[in-house]
Amino acid sequence: MTLKVTDLAIARGGVPVLEGLSFSLEAGNALILRGPNGIGKTTLLRTLAGLQPPLVGQIEGAEDQIAYASHSDGLKPTLTVVENLNFWASVFGTRDIQHALDAFALNELADRHAGNLSAGQKRRLGLARMLVTGRPIWMLDEPTVSLDRHAVEMFADAVRAHLGQGGSALIATHIDLGLDGEVLDVGPNKAKPKPFDDFDGGFL
Amino acid sequence: MIALLLRDLKLAFRAGSGFGLGLAFFLIVTVLVPFSVGPQSSLLSTIAPGVLWLGALLACLLSLDRLLALDWEDGSLDLLATAPLPLESVVTIKALAHWLTTGLPLVLAAPFLGVLLNLPVPGFSWLVISLLLGTPAMSVIGTFGAALTVGLKRGGLLLSLLVLPLYVPTLIFGAEVARRGATGMETQTPLLMLAGITAATVALLPFASAAVLRINLR
Repeated sequence: MTLKVTDLAIARGGVPVLEGLSFSLEAGNALILRGPNGIGKTTLLRTLAGLQPPLVGQIEGAEDQIAYASHSDGLKPTLTVVENLNFWASVFGTRDIQHALDAFALNELADRHAGNLSAGQKRRLGLARMLVTGRPIWMLDEPTVSLDRHAVEMFADAVRAHLGQGGSALIATHIDLGLDGEVLDVGPNKAKPKPFDDFDGGFL
Repeated sequence: MIALLLRDLKLAFRAGSGFGLGLAFFLIVTVLVPFSVGPQSSLLSTIAPGVLWLGALLACLLSLDRLLALDWEDGSLDLLATAPLPLESVVTIKALAHWLTTGLPLVLAAPFLGVLLNLPVPGFSWLVISLLLGTPAMSVIGTFGAALTVGLKRGGLLLSLLVLPLYVPTLIFGAEVARRGATGMETQTPLLMLAGITAATVALLPFASAAVLRINLR
């Protein structure tokens, strides 16, 4: 399952942020997305996940293949850890959540309400959700925020296992995860301001 | 889809969900009306159908701003939009869950509150029938309003202003059914209009709600 992006331009709030972006993500590979704050990494991930349309360009192989993890984890504080995971599993039509609990060491917390978890534990639960989606392409937006070093290792192991099973991942992060993935620096693709055209000239 | 419905119902019955807020409001309004308009039973039985309908409508309105806002705040709306469920079914399920937790309790409570307002005996069945037909439209229209205002800080006021005019046809015909039923008149015409409005909103508005939600999630 290959994700192929050709000559993509995207906008945030109507303002173009990235342009001329082309890359492909093969099965079994990880792509580390880097770039300064505000460059449009989140916007790129949201566009690929299908939450907003691109300005121009093609995205191939994304339909119904992507599991997206945003800055927020989408957890319900009054449901328990298991209930939260079970809900997402049944939305995505999968059943087994045990491997997700194991991968992020959530077994001890299984019956706790998500509202009583610490920030790092919530994040682990949010990442465990990726495992129950059963989708091959992971889009992760700053996945390691509020994780301790041990949990970052857990996360890197989960990504490695996912890649080993023929999945792929696009990860926006500022830290070194120890994954052997290519780095995609979107800095040079920053959208340039549009030059004045006749319409602007007439207006001015 | 069933999972989403079950989750929403479960969330509604857990602490801090605001379940019962609409029901409590309905109770308070109908209990206070006799104090404000006076205890003449003839006057009360004249206004009872209208007051009960208005109370149910406002009670419905109270809980709308949490309908999609909570899912938007914790990010699960984004995640649901990228899930295999079409957004049309997500908003339909949301509206159904809202009706089951808000509309249906109001329908069930209305006859008991009718006693407090001296509702004439033939009016009880018509009140329940009209509310049963009308409240689904209120949930569906409310979901549309919630989809329009999702992502706005303090969108509750705007939501009420947008939704109230859309509630007016349902209110007119619903209250008319209850009023005519209570006075022993023919109810067929307003009943058909009420059912027609509900059928049209249930058929059309989920598509509109899903479309505005897609735009609002960008």
